[in-house]
Amino acid sequence: MNARIKWRRFVSNFMLTLTGLCALVSVSVLFLILGYLLYNGGTSINWAFFTQLPKPVGEIGGGMANAIVGSAKLLLAASLLGVPIGFLGGIYLAEFSGSAVASVVRYAADLLNGVPSIVIGIFAYSLVVLPFKHFSTLAGAFALGLMMIPITLRSTEEFLNGVPRYLREGAMALGASKWKTIASVVVPAAYRGILTAILLALARVAGETAPLLFTAFGNRYWSEGWGQPTASLPVMIFTYAVSPYDDWHRQAWAAGLVLLGLILIINILARTILSRGITVPRS
Amino acid sequence: MQASSKPGLSVNIVTNTGSVTPGETATLPMRMTISNVNFYYGTKQILFDINMGIADKRVTALIGPSGCGKSTLLRAMNRMHETVHTSRLEGEIELDGQNILAQDVTSLRRRVGMVFQRPNPFPKSIFDNVAYGLRINGIKGSTSEMVEKSLRRAALWDEVKDHLHKSAYDLSGGQQQRLCIARALAVEPEVLLLDEPCSALDPISTAKIEELLVELKSLTTITIVTHNMQQAARVSDFTAFLLTGQMIEFSPTPQLFTTPSDPRTEAYITGRFG
Repeated sequence: MNARIKWRRFVSNFMLTLTGLCALVSVSVLFLILGYLLYNGGTSINWAFFTQLPKPVGEIGGGMANAIVGSAKLLLAASLLGVPIGFLGGIYLAEFSGSAVASVVRYAADLLNGVPSIVIGIFAYSLVVLPFKHFSTLAGAFALGLMMIPITLRSTEEFLNGVPRYLREGAMALGASKWKTIASVVVPAAYRGILTAILLALARVAGETAPLLFTAFGNRYWSEGWGQPTASLPVMIFTYAVSPYDDWHRQAWAAGLVLLGLILIINILARTILSRGITVPRS
Repeated sequence: MQASSKPGLSVNIVTNTGSVTPGETATLPMRMTISNVNFYYGTKQILFDINMGIADKRVTALIGPSGCGKSTLLRAMNRMHETVHTSRLEGEIELDGQNILAQDVTSLRRRVGMVFQRPNPFPKSIFDNVAYGLRINGIKGSTSEMVEKSLRRAALWDEVKDHLHKSAYDLSGGQQQRLCIARALAVEPEVLLLDEPCSALDPISTAKIEELLVELKSLTTITIVTHNMQQAARVSDFTAFLLTGQMIEFSPTPQLFTTPSDPRTEAYITGRFG
């Protein structure tokens, strides 16, 4: 065997090891975080965490019931704002717009996606908080909803573009108008991908803290309706984790675990719903 | 030769078994007529001055080598070419004496159905695939009866009747193509266009579909694009031979395959090119 082949073998093995190691590192970071969170959160969590309000400073115990409900309300309202706009905009982009319009909208969406979340927070603050003169669930949801728009828009567009042309033609050849073709064939063929993307968007904003700091603010009590400041899990984690109290650190870990659990539940539910439909086989 | 008492009408359309005598051609009623059609994609001309008629309740085949424009001509017949923005059609295509270019495109496509090269069932159940055209067109009546009738006409009923609510993708390629034919038949089109419907199928599935086409003649008017000359000879009554966008010859099938009038047709059917 000559030196050339030996060298090639060495390079091949070296690169294979390198790529494998990098894959291992990226996976282990995830598992490290998960494991650490599960350990610390699991030992900190108790029933009171889900049912009680935060105790005044200095008292041990209490929970974050208001923050759990607050986060759920924020995510619900954010989805009601971000998902329809992103979804319908994505349909326009994929199915109706000319390439010039599409590239402008696409570029704008990518920019919006890259805007730091704290800037989104300031924007929501000046647009929603200042005119109404107080922090509110709606203001927080507005900020989170804005962040969901570009993700939903771009992924809707991409999944719709991925629907094979022959399916559209099949519908049109039966006398379906463009609108009917989209509603009855194209969107149903792409809905799994779109829904997955919406969930990813939801999971992403569920953990956002910065845009909530001066929109939803925080609240140590129940927040009634949509016009009051509200507690949320990420802001509570932030506040509790930087505090000097051990019991608050414990609760911050528990809150992290609950946040992760919420996202996991949304994912599992959606996947169960998704697994019932019929998908277009890859060819 | 049959004696035709009324000009423009054939005496024995229904009993015809597939062969057409040359003299009959002139007397058959036409379902569609294509007059002086020129077709362009952008600046590139694809079809040059095409003239032909599609005889009612007969099978008309379009043959020719790849890129000759036969699929383009077929797609123009229900205006599917309009899905490509740069396309342009000059001339007239008439359905029952009315220019199709002046009609509402969705109602035209309901009357002129299409089956594609590759089976393209929707990601829905077998039943919903066939019922699709009925639903979007708001056709009244019992959907399940119509679905059964269409599946029977497409010779698929016996194979699928026990699992109508399974995914259409569970079927084999040949079954999927017959499902697509059933889907097209459900809206009772006056003309059915087939764009190389067997090119993705095995010989047994192909034979089934060919048999089906001959049976369907009594219900609807069929135009089929095919690469396969034997297939054209087996299923069609009339054959048009296209070459580089020009109609070289259009004759009753037996005549085109036995005594072609143009040397290029003869060269093609004897396999000297293509």
